[in-house]
Amino acid sequence: MGYEEIEHTADWALRVWAPDLPGLLSEAARGMNALAGVKLNATKRASRQIHLTAPDAESLLVAFLSELLYLAEQENLAFDSFDLTIEAKAQEGLQLDGVLHGASIAEISKAIKAVTFHNLHIQKTPDGLEATVVFDV
Amino acid sequence: MELKHLRKISDYEWEIPQNYRHDMRASVRIFATRRLLEQIADDQSLEQAVNATTLPGVISPVVVMPDMHQGYGFPIGGVAATAYPHGVISPGAIGYDINCGVRLLASGIEHEAALPYLDTLATLLNAYCPSGVGSEGVVRVQVEELNKILREGAHWALKRGYATEEDLERTEEGGKLEDADPSQVSERAKQRGREQIGSLGAGNHFIEVDVVEQIFDPGAARAMGLQEGCLAVQIHCGSRGLGHQVCTDYVQSFQHAVHKYGIHLPDRELVCAPMDSPEGKAYMAAMRAAANFAFANRQLLAHSARRAFEETFAGRFKKEWRLRQVYDIAHNMGKLETHEREGQRLRVCVHRKGATRAFGPGSPELPAEYQDIGQPVLVPGSMGTASWVLVGTETSMERSWGSTCHGAGRVLSRAKAKKQVRGERLREELEAHGVKVRAGSMSGLAEEAPQAYKDVDMVVETVTHAGIARKVARLRPVAVIKG
Repeated sequence: MGYEEIEHTADWALRVWAPDLPGLLSEAARGMNALAGVKLNATKRASRQIHLTAPDAESLLVAFLSELLYLAEQENLAFDSFDLTIEAKAQEGLQLDGVLHGASIAEISKAIKAVTFHNLHIQKTPDGLEATVVFDV
Repeated sequence: MELKHLRKISDYEWEIPQNYRHDMRASVRIFATRRLLEQIADDQSLEQAVNATTLPGVISPVVVMPDMHQGYGFPIGGVAATAYPHGVISPGAIGYDINCGVRLLASGIEHEAALPYLDTLATLLNAYCPSGVGSEGVVRVQVEELNKILREGAHWALKRGYATEEDLERTEEGGKLEDADPSQVSERAKQRGREQIGSLGAGNHFIEVDVVEQIFDPGAARAMGLQEGCLAVQIHCGSRGLGHQVCTDYVQSFQHAVHKYGIHLPDRELVCAPMDSPEGKAYMAAMRAAANFAFANRQLLAHSARRAFEETFAGRFKKEWRLRQVYDIAHNMGKLETHEREGQRLRVCVHRKGATRAFGPGSPELPAEYQDIGQPVLVPGSMGTASWVLVGTETSMERSWGSTCHGAGRVLSRAKAKKQVRGERLREELEAHGVKVRAGSMSGLAEEAPQAYKDVDMVVETVTHAGIARKVARLRPVAVIKG
């Protein structure tokens, strides 16, 4: 389970890997925080419930990270711990439910405009799943 | 892509033929020197341009500018025209920062005379033009007022006393795109925009005070109010979180639309919908609303810059401190335009992502004073280096869908720039060269270091030799405000 920044001329790209899809989303969120230079307030913890549906795993990953960007901008919150469950549904595709645990942002050094679908493929590996996410900055 | 696949048309123009890949619907025309091509050969710029040719309804050629670099889905520096109304519109081919653009204001204050006051000016600009991650704007509006901004753009600012008639006349589209529909903009996007009107943001956005260093076309410079040796101000920003959210919303919803309309694309970031479909119409209305937000945003920042100039210089100078608008242009936009191809008039949606509209002389869209010279084109360089004022030409109308370059274009990734440059050191170097710097983040400063960009002079030489723009003036920075 982990992430690493990889080269991209204009924007930011992050390679993420994890044993399963909830883990991949959680690790991508941690990587995004690291890229943006997010530091949390140590004292005041906060949590938010999350509910998302998406037609496929890549769309769910983009929707999840986009939700976190919105919460960072609008509520000044970032999250470092995640309880996520993902179920396949007949109509909606994938449904994510869970709780985000974090705190208010003490410091953030970079603005991320958006999470993109650019060349986004969640691939199976011997150890689980892997994806490269490109952010517009 | 290996350069052997390119067909050389001239020293400044190349082509990727339509038979390069089986799914191409158009050829790619590249404006670049061999040296510039070698700089981008290792990244994905040209493959992304080829991917853009797969958009349904695209008309040859897809054009790429010399400041091109790898983006996401569509290359930065790319221009694609799709046939209206059955061709598609692609949010990813316009970008997240809808109507990111540049505004240039000119003063009559001589740089030499202003030298003792530049520190004060930089401090006031920094104070009055909010910048940085999550920066809030100079005004906070309720949703009802925001809807007016989304419909009226810079005209809203005129009604509120933040603009002059001349500002609007000297703004692309008069500062307002028609047929913008706030009801197609999500509540989430409005929530983000409500607090950010009149703010610069972060990343590569900036306010820069320049001195007009050299004039190449005295007649055009006179029409624009540019005087050699005098100060000017550039404002580079866009539609902030509102535009980012509009693009995010529609890139997500268009993932369904491509299935509905049987569109197959090599990259999901290029998702699109026919312009005459409900999805396509909804995005166009929302994109225009976001573009209007950006016009109003730059107008408010111009108002703040004028306040800083007045407080710094009024009383010390006569009227020379007044900032008159030269022009305001977009470089991330999708616009319905009429172009001539082989004697036929075509109605097309021109997607420009990191490319500037560059209409030639006589274009009805231009204000009276620019009818003879062509549309002003503003090309900011990298931080601390020169910027250029150009004008559009007849050739740009013929060969590049009335478009030209938008800046220097990155060559170094942000990660590499951060490794090679320290922000504090860069600030010291810039200050030593007479450039006042106000920056919110030193690592952000390092990412935007001049080393991370191509040589803007080389980019400008390329477009002017290719004939798709003409030089008017070169600007040199004396103060930079960054988020």
